[in-house]
Amino acid sequence: MKNILLICRKELRSYFASPIAYAVMSIFGLIFGWVFFNASRDFMRFGFQAQVMGQQTPMDVNDQVIRPLLGFASTITLFLVPMITMRLFAEEKRTGTIELLLTSPVKDVEIILGKWAGALLLYLCVLAMSMLNVALLFAWGKPDLKPVLVAYLGLALQGGCLLAVGTLISTMTRNQIIAGISTFFVCLLLWLLSWFTAYDSGAMALVLNYLSIVTHFENFAKGVVSMKDVVFYVSMIFFALFLTSRSLESLRWRA
Amino acid sequence: MIKVEGLTKRYARTVAVDNISFEVEKGQIVGFLGPNGAGKTTTMRVLTCFLPPTAGKASVAGFDVTEQPLEVKKRIGYLPETPPLYPEMEVSEYLRFAGSLKGIPSADLGGKLNEVIERCAIGDVRNKLIAKLSKGYRQRVGLAQAIMHNPDVLILDEPTSGLDPKQIIEIRELLRSLAGEHTIILSTHILSEVEHSCERVIIINRGKLVAIDSVANLTNRLRGAESVAVVVEAPGGKPNPTDVQQRLEQVPGVSRVVMKDSREGRLGFEIESLQGRHIRADVARSVVNAGWSLNELRPVGLSLEDIFLQLTGAEGGQAESGNGGEKPE
Repeated sequence: MKNILLICRKELRSYFASPIAYAVMSIFGLIFGWVFFNASRDFMRFGFQAQVMGQQTPMDVNDQVIRPLLGFASTITLFLVPMITMRLFAEEKRTGTIELLLTSPVKDVEIILGKWAGALLLYLCVLAMSMLNVALLFAWGKPDLKPVLVAYLGLALQGGCLLAVGTLISTMTRNQIIAGISTFFVCLLLWLLSWFTAYDSGAMALVLNYLSIVTHFENFAKGVVSMKDVVFYVSMIFFALFLTSRSLESLRWRA
Repeated sequence: MIKVEGLTKRYARTVAVDNISFEVEKGQIVGFLGPNGAGKTTTMRVLTCFLPPTAGKASVAGFDVTEQPLEVKKRIGYLPETPPLYPEMEVSEYLRFAGSLKGIPSADLGGKLNEVIERCAIGDVRNKLIAKLSKGYRQRVGLAQAIMHNPDVLILDEPTSGLDPKQIIEIRELLRSLAGEHTIILSTHILSEVEHSCERVIIINRGKLVAIDSVANLTNRLRGAESVAVVVEAPGGKPNPTDVQQRLEQVPGVSRVVMKDSREGRLGFEIESLQGRHIRADVARSVVNAGWSLNELRPVGLSLEDIFLQLTGAEGGQAESGNGGEKPE
């Protein structure tokens, strides 16, 4: 446990000592802020129009602003995750510092968990930036808090999942760029899998749809914590990190 | 302290280390010598549990590298060929990280840090970014990392590569000061390095063990016959070089006389004795009795360089003829 924390702290420090953390946070902050601005402007315009026309349409901040916003955030994640994970192992392999880690009295599992946790913490920092925007809605409106928290839980789980996949891919190459690009395409694939049900409803399509990262986020976005989705994300994280430990082991045999 | 038995490491196509066995006693400094690509780094990586062996056994302080790697790693300090440094960290921060990684409790960390910084003379860069350090300082920070947790065994892969002569001497002195309490294995392809700092030498070539002995024994074993350099003064072309050569050849015990140079009235010869004969006194007497002035007389010891070439050359030849048609690497 002590070693996991040690490595996690080192990873976080490296993120904030390099431009990566700031780049990821500012890209996300800009895009999310812009989408937030548009979403809340449209919501207000719609509200005024309804009043002027004398209609009594029900207005709901949760449904009309927060839900699409956080759904959008889950899409941006696809682009952020590769930037966060690409250097995790690839950089250590390139500079040879992996030799320090692998010849220190630390278990492989501890190295992997430490690095993944460091990446996850940076990702949560990024998510926290979107909370500033959402907090504005709470300041001037009365949205329901619970579904927002559930959606954030969903975002965290989805992110953890993609970060684990990115960690795995980072062990496979010593080139950060290759790691980043492959992670992006794998994330994209995991996202696109949900489209199969649009063309086909056979068993194969259902299975592929189930494997998609976004299908499982839908319930969280609605404010529903379903055991099925939590299990999916957690088992995906375990599976990807397990494969990472295998990959790290094979590195010793091949190196 | 270190025991290696029948160690073999095969990569996809090449055999990097081929059936090597040796032992290293506690407190010794052992030089691991071989040309580039001989298998030095691979052997060290097996000892540090970075690579698993394909066949054979290796143990450090009684712990097997494949069965109890964590116990082995606790007792080893390792400096790879390129020091494993994080450029974005400051020196003291890096050493703190490396120290805790090696299991130093955080209460002792400050004390160990100061101790190691003083020992490796990196005090004036302790708050500098590693990215800004020169090669020599990087090497020393890498060494500091390796000795920080006071390991029983130090494994150093080319610790002096890329350093200037003054730094090399400093590192040598540091190693010597560490020798008593630590067992040290250092690899190098520079022979004078071994002559200066090691008690024993392990020579490997193309993955095979060529020799393992103390430096002095190796020199003696291969010398057998004595070799002497003689310079005779000959102002104005007298005496005649052929006269001198003939006279030297008549000295009892001499097997061969080779004229080395003759310029500015000095004649240089190299004389080899028969096996096990001491000829220096007789050579001197013979020259003086002839009325010539003996300018210089010194034994020519075989340098480690010669030994190395003899051993690896012979071994290479054997391997090639033994393998028949196989293509040498």
